Parts: sequence; structure tokens; C-alpha cells
Amino acid sequence: MDFNDTKEEADFREEVKTWLKENASKGEKVGGRYDAIDVQEDALSRARDWQAKKAEAGYAAITWPEEFGGLGGTAIQSVIYSQEEAKYNVPTGFFEIGLGMCIPTMMAWATKEQNERFVKPALYGEEVWCQLFSEPSAGSDVAGVRTKAEKDGDDWIINGQKVWTSGAHFSDFGIIVVRTDPNVAKHKGLSFFFLDMKSEGIEVKPIRQLSGGANFNEVFFTDVRVPDSQRLGDVGQGWKVALTTLMNERLAIGVPKSADYSSLTRAAKEVDLNDQPAIKNDLVRSKIADWYIQAEGLKYTKMRTLTALSKGETPGPESSIGKIVSAPKMQDLASFAMDLQGAAGIINDSEIALLHSIFQSQWLSAAGYRIAGGTDEILRNIVAERVLGLPQDVRVDKAVPFNELPSGR
Amino acid sequence: MNFDFSEDQKMLKEQVSKFLSDNCSLDVARDILESDKTYSEEVWRGLVDLGLTGTAIPEEYGGLGLGALELCVVAEELGRAAAPVPFSSSVYLGTEAIVKYGTDSQKEKWLPKLAVGELISTFALPETNSEPTEKNIKTTFSNGKINGRKIPVADGSCSDIAIVVVKNTDNDHIALTIVDLTSEYVKRNQISTLDPSRDHAEIIFENSDAELMDTGDEGWGAIENILNSAAVLMAFEQIGGAEASLNMAKDYALDRYAFGRQIGSYQAIKHKLADMYVKIELARSNSYYGAMMLNDGGADLKIAAAASRVAATDAYNFAAQESIQTHGGIGFTWEADTQFFYRRSQVLGLALGSSITWKNKLVNQLEEKNIS
Repeated sequence: MDFNDTKEEADFREEVKTWLKENASKGEKVGGRYDAIDVQEDALSRARDWQAKKAEAGYAAITWPEEFGGLGGTAIQSVIYSQEEAKYNVPTGFFEIGLGMCIPTMMAWATKEQNERFVKPALYGEEVWCQLFSEPSAGSDVAGVRTKAEKDGDDWIINGQKVWTSGAHFSDFGIIVVRTDPNVAKHKGLSFFFLDMKSEGIEVKPIRQLSGGANFNEVFFTDVRVPDSQRLGDVGQGWKVALTTLMNERLAIGVPKSADYSSLTRAAKEVDLNDQPAIKNDLVRSKIADWYIQAEGLKYTKMRTLTALSKGETPGPESSIGKIVSAPKMQDLASFAMDLQGAAGIINDSEIALLHSIFQSQWLSAAGYRIAGGTDEILRNIVAERVLGLPQDVRVDKAVPFNELPSGR
Repeated sequence: MNFDFSEDQKMLKEQVSKFLSDNCSLDVARDILESDKTYSEEVWRGLVDLGLTGTAIPEEYGGLGLGALELCVVAEELGRAAAPVPFSSSVYLGTEAIVKYGTDSQKEKWLPKLAVGELISTFALPETNSEPTEKNIKTTFSNGKINGRKIPVADGSCSDIAIVVVKNTDNDHIALTIVDLTSEYVKRNQISTLDPSRDHAEIIFENSDAELMDTGDEGWGAIENILNSAAVLMAFEQIGGAEASLNMAKDYALDRYAFGRQIGSYQAIKHKLADMYVKIELARSNSYYGAMMLNDGGADLKIAAAASRVAATDAYNFAAQESIQTHGGIGFTWEADTQFFYRRSQVLGLALGSSITWKNKLVNQLEEKNIS
């Protein structure tokens, strides 16, 4: 057992290192996060420049076939590139959803001509894509979308609302799942399109979160006209197309690096409990150990996944446990760290609070990470059904026309 | 990146798994549970015939000369079968202690016999209701004799020799000794424990002959060292048992109907089983790193061993108890097989010291490494 590269991997890593050294800057972190609403134009423009450089060198989509501008490389090469790139302060974060979810869906379902038109500009960062799935009434039950598309000659007219759309405010194109037939059962009445986000009738508004940030949008559609040629898959086949996207989502969604056992250990050395450093308290130690085994367990689970990729195998189902563990850990650990501070634990002023209030801000945002990209509950269902082979829940909506389903708010 | 067992190690795992599924069904554990027998001699003999008791004993002493990784895969399968044999006591503890701290003549004397299963060994550490520490060991060694009482000693009635942790009164240091348990100066009483499918004893030493082992200046560090190795190996045994519990619960959840549907279709059950799976995978990943450190003699062994043990104990305790809960009433009956894992999870989870103790060790290491 070891963590070493194979000869081929080491060669690839060297090649990547050399290229990065010549092309990437180690300077100040520039650019913004893809999900920051107040994204600056110049940040996006710097990100586009970097993306173009990467694409030119073949590193923007290492695993894609060469015909789509990829390198025809392996998953482990893609991981190696990311590991090396992470050592540089290059602007990333604008193109992940497009290249990770939207374009792979296009590749699987769009015409040859459409892919010739759209894949390359996306890969080079010239055009940004977003994914329009969730709705106010369709979250975990995403097939329950109500945004409708009605046929009008050779076009479709879309009306409705999407929500939690990352990057919609700077996207050029989007993929969307809509209801084209409310008279049939839920999954059967959906169709799938791609559309121009600058189309008339689209309005994008930021959503303010309880953490104070605004990282997502709601998108309103009023009589938005989309040509039938932009339909992916047959009418009524939208769910099947959506599954292509969702399969890729599992690869794209994670939890950001957050305060972990090491920050908690540091906090426990700095604060006192019963007149001695809290780190001396056995309850505190027990909690630190619990989160240590979770954090390290995930780290080494990742190593197991990488090992499978390195051998050219499909990773085992263990790779599905990540967010089930990390999102609640974020919240619980932050909550415990605040508890250590007593009454001062409520202070969310980074000038005053312990460790610049990392625990307070983490606690506020963690509530969202337990929901985004699959709630704790949905992820457990996925493990139970796909990994352990347990049956699906009874679906009362399966054989009922969508427009006859009961609905709440 | 090669963070996995080798093809050879996986083949060994298959081989052990096949032997155990052919020869060590839970009826074998039941036979030990319900009888006066201390272990399954047939299963033990089979493991010996496969050479497994000598897995990590150097070839010059009659073993296979393999490493810790091979023992890890064997341990996992023994755990899965809840095998009623003294393998953990004799191999992870007794034999490993002699390999590490035996003098050359002790190795020559004992290891070949342990390799071929002619003798069974164990490790005698705890003495009271408190966790053993450097300060509370009261069994003494002086002039080649030991005096004191050890309880509980796993496989204490069926073992031939024990590695006994003592205080050497000549220098007041903690030391290790090898003691022949069949001597008339050793009194052994089998004791009742949570898991009668494994033998446990109280052992009283009254001027018993003892051979001092060579722990150099390590003192209590030698005990920690032995426990760290055993913790990694036992973690694999715990993971095997936890997976068996999960599979048993899963099979039942698919078979059992309530309110007109399989109980496995209810989220209360699905989420419970998903949680078992998550804990098991966290334990497995931590234990892989423990195995790697053990095999390489890596600097991180102390923290990796503690993490393996804490995670595996948590996974097994949870899986075994929630497997019974998933089964409902039938799971609580004497006739159900759920009990073997419920019992064994506690016995393994406490054998090398409690989770409280190991969590403390883990955080000691974090403090030492000054992580933060």
C-alpha cells in the first residue's frame, strides 16, 4: 500500500507541473466564486482567459474525447491536474456546472451540428452554462416541476419559475426541464431543452440566504420562446435526459473546505473550561476524536476511490458517503465549538469572536450544505437503494396524472 | 496511488472466507455459546492447517513470513464469521508480542510451536475494574516468579501460555513476561462474560515461573506498541462483524413485510442501514491507513491505530445493535443469530481498552503533532 504515482501518472504530473509553472500565476487569488452574485465582470474575464489557455493545452476537459476538444485522458489524470492546479491561484469556478453537467448532457443528446456549435465555446470559457432544474415546488422531488412549455408552431413557449440556479446571472445558455403534458403521470410529461439565457422573457433575481450571502438565483420565465430544434430527447422523454445531467451532478457537488478537527483543537486550547484549557476536558477530547475519524475516514475513502481510478476501475460505492458525513459534520462541529465559548459563542463579529468567527459563519452556512445537491435524507435513500439494494419507497404519484396530484403550498 | 490490498492478499481473503463459510457457520458459534467448550477445535485446526497462525511469524521460526496486511484480511473474515477461536489473543497479541519483544531463545522456543498451532497464547493485561495504566499494574515480577491476578484474560482457559504484563520489582519498571499457564502455580477460573462464544478467564499467579522478555527501556511503551498493532488487526475483525450485521439486517428488511410492504422500503429502516454503511466505510478507510502504517512501521501508527479502533468500535457497536432493532422481536430471541454480533461487538470493543481511552490516545497524538 502506498500513495505514490505509477510511472505514467508521475510522468503526467511532471508534464502538468511544467505547464502550470509556465502558464499559471502563483500570485494573489483573483477572480470570484462562480456562485457569488456580485461577481465582477473582470473576474469572469480573467477566468475566461485562464480557461482558454487550459483548453488550448487540452487540460480543460482531460477525460473528454479528442473530437470534443478533450485530451482523451483518464479520470486519474484529471485528478492529478486538479491537484496540481490547486497549488496555484488561478481563477476557477465559473465553468464547472457547464462543463461538468450541461455540456455532457448536450454531448449525449444534442445533434452533431449543435455540439459543433456549443461544445468548444463552453470549453474555452467563451460561453457559460447553467442548469435550470429545481423549482419552488420541486426540490428533492425534482420530477415534480411545474414550469410548462406549450407548443406554438415550430416553437415552445415556456412559463414558470426555476430556483437555486447557480450562475444564472452570468450564464449565456441553460439546460431546462419543463412540463409539456400535465395530463400524464409525473415522470412521463417532461421534456428537456437548452436555451439562450438572454432570451426575451427571462428574468434573473438573486436569492438572499439566511447566512446573509446571495449565492443563487431564481429565474422567472414569461412567454419565453424556444425553437423545437433545441429540444433534447423526445417530447415526454425529459426525465431520461435529466438523469444524464443528474448522474454528473453527483460528481460535481461537494462541500467546501471548512473548519475541522484541527480548528476545533486550536479553539479548545484557547478557551478555558472549568479554569483549565478545554482541550483537557474528556468530553471535548471525545468530540475531537469523533470528528477526526470522520474527516480522516473521508480523506482515505477518497484515496480508495483514486486507487480504483488509477487502476482504471470504476470506484466502489463508498465514494457516495462524502456529503452525508461532511455536511452534518460542518454544522455539528461548528455548533460544538460555539458551545465551548459559552455566552460569547453567539458573537459573529470576526474582530471579536474566537478564530475570527469561523465557527459562527460556518454554522450559518452549514444549514444550506445539508440541503444543496441532495439533502441528507435523499442521499441516505440513494445509499440504501443503489448501494444496499433496498426497495424504493411506495410512490403514490406513480400512476396518477400530474394535474390530479394533491399539492400543498 | 495504490491504497488497496494486493491481488495476493485478496486471494488469501477469498480462501479464508471460503474456509469459514464452509466450516464456521453461526451454528459453530452457537455450539460454543451453549456448551462448556471454550473454542471450536475444528475451526482452529482448519486455520492452523491453512498456515494462518504463522502468517506473520518469520520463516526462520516456522511461519509464513508475511506481513501485517495479510493478517488484516484474515481478521476481517474471522470477524464476519464471528468465529469462536482464540485467534486474536494468540496471533494479534501473544505471537506479535513474542515477535516484537521475545529474546532470541524465546523466539526459538515458542514461535515454531505457535506457528503450527501446537500452542495457544494470550495477553494478560487488565487486573481491576479500572482501565490498566502504567501506575495501576499490581502483578509483580521478581527473581523469575510472578504474583498477582489478571482479569479478564481473553481465551485465558484455553491458552497454554500468556504474555503477562507485570511490574518488575527490581527496577519498578513495567515489563513483559512469558508464563506457562499449565503450571500448578497458575490458577484459572473461567468467567461469565457478555459473549460466552469466546472464552474468558480470571488467572491467579502464585509464585509462577515467568520468563522476562526484552523490552529494553520501553517500559509501558512496549504495552502501547503491542496494543497499537492489535488495534489495527482487531479493527478489521470488527469491520467484518459490522458488515455481517448490516447484511443480516438488509436481508431481513427485504424479507419482512409490515403494513403491506417490505420494511426495507420505509425510510426509517433505509436511513438506519445507510448510517451503518457510512460508519463501516469510515472505519474501513481509517483502518486501511492503520494497516498501511502497521505494515510499513510508519510514524503515524499511533494515531492511525487509535483512529482505526475508535471508528471500527463505533461501526460494529452501532451495526450490531441496530441490526437487532431492524429485526424487531425475533432479533431479541435466543434462536436468532443476531446475538452473536451483538455480544462480539462489545467484547472486541472493550478487549484492548475502551473508546474513551483510545479517543484520549488519539487526541494525545494530535496534541503531540501540534495539529492546529
